Amino acid sequence: MRRGFRSSLALGAALVATILIVAGCGSDDTAANNGNERGEVVVSAATSLKSAFTRYGEQFAGAEAQFSFAGSDELAAQIRAGAKPDVFASANTKLPDALFQEGLVERPRVFASNRLVLAVPAMSTSVGSLDDLEKKGVSVVIGSESVPIGAYTRKVLDRLDGAARTAILANVRSNEPDVGGISAKLTQGAAEAGFLYVTDVVAANGRLKAIELPAALQPQVAYGVAIVKGAEHRRAAQAFVAGLLDGDGAEALRSAGFEPPGQ
Amino acid sequence: MTRGRWFAPALVVALAGALTFLTLPVVAIFVRSSPGNLLGALDDPGVLDALWLSLRTTLVAVAIIVVVGTPAAYLLATRTFRGHAVVVTLVELPLVLPPAVAGVGLLAALGPGGIVGGAIEDAGVRLVFETAGVVVALTFVAAPFFIRGAQAAFGAVDRSWLEASRTLGAGEARTFLRVAIPAAAPGMLAGLALAWGRAVGEFGATLIFAGSFRGRTQTAPLAIYERLGTDFDAALALSAVLVAVSGALLLTAKLLGGRGIARAAR
Repeated sequence: MRRGFRSSLALGAALVATILIVAGCGSDDTAANNGNERGEVVVSAATSLKSAFTRYGEQFAGAEAQFSFAGSDELAAQIRAGAKPDVFASANTKLPDALFQEGLVERPRVFASNRLVLAVPAMSTSVGSLDDLEKKGVSVVIGSESVPIGAYTRKVLDRLDGAARTAILANVRSNEPDVGGISAKLTQGAAEAGFLYVTDVVAANGRLKAIELPAALQPQVAYGVAIVKGAEHRRAAQAFVAGLLDGDGAEALRSAGFEPPGQ
Repeated sequence: MTRGRWFAPALVVALAGALTFLTLPVVAIFVRSSPGNLLGALDDPGVLDALWLSLRTTLVAVAIIVVVGTPAAYLLATRTFRGHAVVVTLVELPLVLPPAVAGVGLLAALGPGGIVGGAIEDAGVRLVFETAGVVVALTFVAAPFFIRGAQAAFGAVDRSWLEASRTLGAGEARTFLRVAIPAAAPGMLAGLALAWGRAVGEFGATLIFAGSFRGRTQTAPLAIYERLGTDFDAALALSAVLVAVSGALLLTAKLLGGRGIARAAR
């Protein structure tokens, strides 16, 4: 019985080795196949780019675009942990610049700019201006500090006087991990107001309305894109980025409400 | 080679593969978080707030689950009625629902614009963005774990004990409290440990329904998610704490469940 068990173990080990070898060959084969025909391009992008990029992806001829949308900070963390998408598009320039410094991505480019607005449900009557956020009991949702929308929002609040800032922060009910969370809380009527990009309000298809912020409070919102070092589909990634700067991608961004870089 | 000699090795391979795959992430959490940075992360007041909130909300959720779930499970275990199987299936449904679906469902039902949300708000109860909302989300996802366990435990209690108790003049309520619950206790506690473990790990339903705010709705799993981008060490350390807590709960469930089965067999 014991002998039987031991030889089972030996045979088992042999089987594992075989499986590993077969799996190894398999991955070599796929790597070799990537060169030809229409491949794919894997894009990690900020949630706020979702509608613009989805539309661009449908038109993009260079490859089948596969998107992963999340908070820019989460996507950057994945790349730091060793994930290799082909393209990283962030709702700021800080994260791609930092990844560039760390040698994880190629030199980033600014491809769009955006604008922060105060977003409220379309039917809302309780909040009509920034001042209304100071009223006691108004429920406000913002992005968490680590995600770009949250960092920009804190910049806006920092430009207000102390009393106003304190009153608004006291009304913050949730720090959401990305713009999708903020948008959902507003469209569901769970919160009365939130800070979003103007493009998020456009993407909500009439369920949200935007209240413009005074120009003096407006932070500079620039979107950076970079090709990830060691990208598996580098050529497609270059074409994808080029289209963002000038082409179908740039057009999709404009119709989603993004402005050209440096505006 | 004799016929069938490949079978036992194949079983060993399958188990070795499963074991490696299932333990690797847990091992990695402890390998990558040194005791030093674990303690350092526990210095972070945000991490402590999250752990404390998780403890409070899970305890309240588990208490609600036990108080309501125990009689409900007793009924399901001791009576048969039309639609019994349907009721059991509906009660167990949250077990297989994706947490995001649970969150969306809770928002659609109990949120400000939900089908009964208005009535709840009129009653002066606020759930979304409140600690009470976290408790609701945890109760929803964890309750079936306890009800299932308790139902099985009550089902395993020897019917003749319950009948003897009643023949001796104890009413049904007394029989339930004095005979059925003590006899089913190990199985119930095992179910409770599983429910608690599920509640501790809850993420999606909480985020969608209750939001994420430090000290109010940001439980430990939400705090891990928030730190992922900026402070991976803290995320690892908090994960290590949750692995320890969840492991302890599972072990409790195993030990109690084992004893329950042993007792039932006697």
